[in-house]
Amino acid sequence: MTPAEFYQRDRRWHPPALARDYKTSLTRSPQYAAISLENTVSEITGPRFGHGDIDPLDNDLLSNFAQPGESPIGERIIVHGRVLDENARPVPNTLVEIWQANASGRYRHKKDTYLGAIDPNFGGCGRTLTDAEGYYYFRTVKPGAYPWRNWVNDWRPAHIHLSLFGSAFAQRLITQLYFEGDPLIATCPIVNTIPDAQAIDRLTAKLDMNATIPLDTIAYRFDIVLRGRRSTLFENRLEGN
Amino acid sequence: MSNTPKYLKETPSQTAGPYVHIGLAPGAAGFEIYREELGRDIAGPNAEGARIRVEGIVLDGTGAPVKDVLIEAWQANSKGVYAHEESAGEVEEGFRGWGRVISDFETGEWGFDTVKPGPTPGRNGTTQAPHITLWIVARGINLGLNTRLYFEDEDNGSDPVLNTIEWEHRRQTLIARREGGSYRFDIRLQGENETVFFDI
Repeated sequence: MTPAEFYQRDRRWHPPALARDYKTSLTRSPQYAAISLENTVSEITGPRFGHGDIDPLDNDLLSNFAQPGESPIGERIIVHGRVLDENARPVPNTLVEIWQANASGRYRHKKDTYLGAIDPNFGGCGRTLTDAEGYYYFRTVKPGAYPWRNWVNDWRPAHIHLSLFGSAFAQRLITQLYFEGDPLIATCPIVNTIPDAQAIDRLTAKLDMNATIPLDTIAYRFDIVLRGRRSTLFENRLEGN
Repeated sequence: MSNTPKYLKETPSQTAGPYVHIGLAPGAAGFEIYREELGRDIAGPNAEGARIRVEGIVLDGTGAPVKDVLIEAWQANSKGVYAHEESAGEVEEGFRGWGRVISDFETGEWGFDTVKPGPTPGRNGTTQAPHITLWIVARGINLGLNTRLYFEDEDNGSDPVLNTIEWEHRRQTLIARREGGSYRFDIRLQGENETVFFDI
């Protein structure tokens, strides 16, 4: 295929840089408009990862930090889904990284001072590569809600952070997964940096009874969409690559 | 059956938050879990070209250092080839062209060692001056910020991307300065001398 541009990002669908209710964005949002840059080879390429980069159990947060024979405390869940592009094509062999708090809402991070307890058998990070169909999965515990200093009584909904690469630097994305039915979603200033309710719904993982393992682990489904790419029907303006 | 074109919508972005290190740099969060953290070596030992160090700090709109920022770098090798199948040419074994750094929790300073990239093809037969593409995420940044680092000791005058920036004085915010043995590249998120960010 001849290299071509990625579809323009819809910046009315993504959160704006400045979202006043999320206080930290006030001083960390550019005031000037971004300069629009038509894709060059620097944007349509990006890092590639392989099975040599990671270990097979890196996607299992129930075991990747636990002592032998031990297991973290919390609701055992599977988070799984597919990574697709805007053309609904699978994104194969791409790196997915996640991080999260433990079941009490405490992060294993030296800057987290919340009084929720650290779980000695839970680290809180995982990574995996999608397969040929764009499929990925993790095993973990469902994270707890977490208080933060925004307004005086703000609590983050249960969430898992995700980082995605795709095949190009133009597709690089970090987002957060929330859980269906969580009443804190509607109150959260970070969730509500996103203007469109449909877009917020897209960040809500859905209970997936068909993928649940009876008497063992509850499953949530979370599909991810990365930017799609133009087909070069008539012309190629990316000459020189 | 409708003729409306069917496309999926991109998954919306959210901030990386203050604990991004747990997932992307767990050693800095305070624990070792992976056999190897990704992004620590951009160029690898076999890379040709000039070895350089790039250092800087990210400042917020009050002029204070951002101490929880994560930056990823993407660059070509010294011949202007990316480690990717859509870039013409070969790269040295072990040359990845991608790196990940975090700022110091106390000072906000960050830095990485790499090789100086060569010029790369631009659109429509043009040539791009040597540059490193940077992607910046942190607490308070809702969608990762894209910018480029150019070098003051290269010929940047005909770079097609720099020349799309209407305000000539703003182009200077993308030029890393030679300082001793390294290049200095400070990023100002907001306000006076705000760094140019791109919608790529």
